[in-house]
Amino acid sequence: MTHPRPAPPASSPQVLTGSGAILKSLELLGVTDVFGLPGGAVIPLYDELMQQDAIRHILVRHEQGAGHAAEGYASATGKVGVAIATSGPGATNLVTAIADAFMDSVPFLAITGQVFSTLMGTDAFQEADITGITMPITKHSFLVTKAEDIPRVLQEAYHIASTGRPGPVLVDITKDAQQNSAPFVWPDRIELPGYRPVTKAHGKQIAAAADLLAAAERPVLYVGGGTIRARASEEVIELAEATGAPVVTTLMARGAVPDSHPQHLGMPGMHGSVPAVLALQESDLILALGARFDDRVTGRVSDFAPGAKVVHVDIDPAEISKIRTADVPIVGDVKVVAADLVTAFRDRASGPLSGESPWWQRLKELRERFPLGYAPSSDGHIVPQQVIARIGELTGPEATYAAGVGQHQMWTAQFIKYERPNSFLNSGGAGTMGYGVPAAMGAKVAEPERVVWAIDGDGCFQMTNQELATCTLNNIPIKVAIINNSSLGMVKQWQNLFYEGRYSFTELDTGHGRAMVPDFVKMGEAYGALAIRVTKEEEIDDAIKLALATNDRPVVIDFVVSSDSMVWPMVPQGVSNSFVQYAKEHSPEWEEE
Amino acid sequence: MSHVLSLLVEDKPGLLTRVAGLFARRGFNIESLAVGKTEVPGLSRITVVVDVEDQPLEQVTKQLNKLINVVKIVELERDSSVQREHMMIKVRVDNASRAQVLEVINLFRARAIDVTTDALVIEVTGDTAKCQALVRLLEPFGIKEIVQSGLLAIGRGSKSISERALKN
Repeated sequence: MTHPRPAPPASSPQVLTGSGAILKSLELLGVTDVFGLPGGAVIPLYDELMQQDAIRHILVRHEQGAGHAAEGYASATGKVGVAIATSGPGATNLVTAIADAFMDSVPFLAITGQVFSTLMGTDAFQEADITGITMPITKHSFLVTKAEDIPRVLQEAYHIASTGRPGPVLVDITKDAQQNSAPFVWPDRIELPGYRPVTKAHGKQIAAAADLLAAAERPVLYVGGGTIRARASEEVIELAEATGAPVVTTLMARGAVPDSHPQHLGMPGMHGSVPAVLALQESDLILALGARFDDRVTGRVSDFAPGAKVVHVDIDPAEISKIRTADVPIVGDVKVVAADLVTAFRDRASGPLSGESPWWQRLKELRERFPLGYAPSSDGHIVPQQVIARIGELTGPEATYAAGVGQHQMWTAQFIKYERPNSFLNSGGAGTMGYGVPAAMGAKVAEPERVVWAIDGDGCFQMTNQELATCTLNNIPIKVAIINNSSLGMVKQWQNLFYEGRYSFTELDTGHGRAMVPDFVKMGEAYGALAIRVTKEEEIDDAIKLALATNDRPVVIDFVVSSDSMVWPMVPQGVSNSFVQYAKEHSPEWEEE
Repeated sequence: MSHVLSLLVEDKPGLLTRVAGLFARRGFNIESLAVGKTEVPGLSRITVVVDVEDQPLEQVTKQLNKLINVVKIVELERDSSVQREHMMIKVRVDNASRAQVLEVINLFRARAIDVTTDALVIEVTGDTAKCQALVRLLEPFGIKEIVQSGLLAIGRGSKSISERALKN
């Protein structure tokens, strides 16, 4: 395929080492920041990295941190995030982040060193077949053994990572390819005959979808993370307003349509709002926009939205009809398709669905009867949901919020009000504990002017907190709120609800009445952060305000909260979404309808 | 049921691993596999036979299409394509049975390509049914060894999948 790129001046090509070619290529691709950690197989690259200033290198403390930081950087901006690691264990430490980026379609370029090409296959020191290891979790990967191949490969890798359905691409470069010299030739076109993402949908499909939309009585826009990756918020909001259809935003799409929008019903799925869950369930037409019918959204698939026709818009043809058969499949870029749908809909319908329609009456009633909320804790300790809600209220929608994985992640999705895309970063598909702190770091590097919160759990924080050192030393003042319920809270919640309260190995001893090991305040201080502990409700606001006022170093707040709080609403795994529980043993009276 | 997929692929290192790995990951058993170069430099053709129902086949085809180095996939139907496999069979013979074996293989337009006092190596080309039929008829004589290629398939008529794939 052809893809014009700015070409360097056409004289006789400059001779560069492979390492120099890596840096020059990244520069030409517009990369300004990379996260990494050197090792034997990338010393040549690092040697040239320190002698230039076009690219800022952030030295992490663990390669997984580099990977998630690159993801956070990418998810906050839509740009490609770049991480560098050495061969063997350096590369395998990136694997979790690569898998994470694969599940959440994050544009991510991983560059790894490989042992000398002459040593490959001999079980050399720090040798690992990283292209083989990552084959199932990358969009594509390359092994480079010749210096002259580097510009072309990096150009292709960047193109693949950032176009179509974005994803992680790994480029493994042998040490001799980094050391050897070759003329630097920047290809003026990309030749990938097997890679041609379709962005503009077929007019016939658009017409068929618009016909269904115009005829629907109970339509819902099911907005997924693809809307954010496609930078399609504006077009999707326009489509929502043109059709008058209610909107739900998935975990990966929080902020794609503002929470304050009157047609927005919240997040669907296992911990979605009752109106969002039941809107999908009772609809007669689901318009899926860059969403993939994840099991956490559908509940038991055979019972999901039994009366709905499905229009499925996705840039990845393999997502369409993978889980739920689409009545109208539309392969294309959500941004382009949504705009086309607005035009096609207006040609057919006299106007948007009325707010007085029976469908909206039903949804408004659900919204009034089942607002998102939380109960006081049974032990008198701080309610975690309240902490998170206050962080959102005091910080506002211009900030970026990164979460770890678990209860605090769900609460962060529920109780912070998102008004813009790319403002909520989390590990949705892979569910990677430890994502939060490094992702927040990456987001802060990408957009230093924004306030960036990592809302983390006590379990997650213990997996990747080493990057606080990186933050302190590189002037990356993120704010970390540890929602410390002394446990692996989500697992504990399941043990409570489905395993008769047998709490097998979910107590972490970091909270109230426990050993408090580690002491998160001392830990934060050891890393050079401002660290404080909050144990009382009346201290919450002051702590958040202090964090917001502190910008010369990272902040860690240990919110020691109740360990009894659970995430509600909940659709238990493996049952129909119709059985959404608003709170423990409390289901909406959906049968009445 | 069995489906014959023909993949036009870029001849890149690791390509076969990517294709085979994808089948394995999605739980599909490859019945036969044949790989070779094509008339276009840099492009190879993989012919895969898989036993799979239509719906999962569609999913695996889409997933294969996502592999960057896969240029084009077509399913070759039995009626609209020519399908052949190649088999070599080593049969035990003695002076008494040799003539009978040669008679059988003549009926199949197969050939003896190696002859020794106590064995014959026979080569046969044909569709799966023909090769299996020959094996059945040779079994009473004593088959010592069989080796066979994956199925090869090509569409009937003047169209070419590489031509179509590279045009746009």
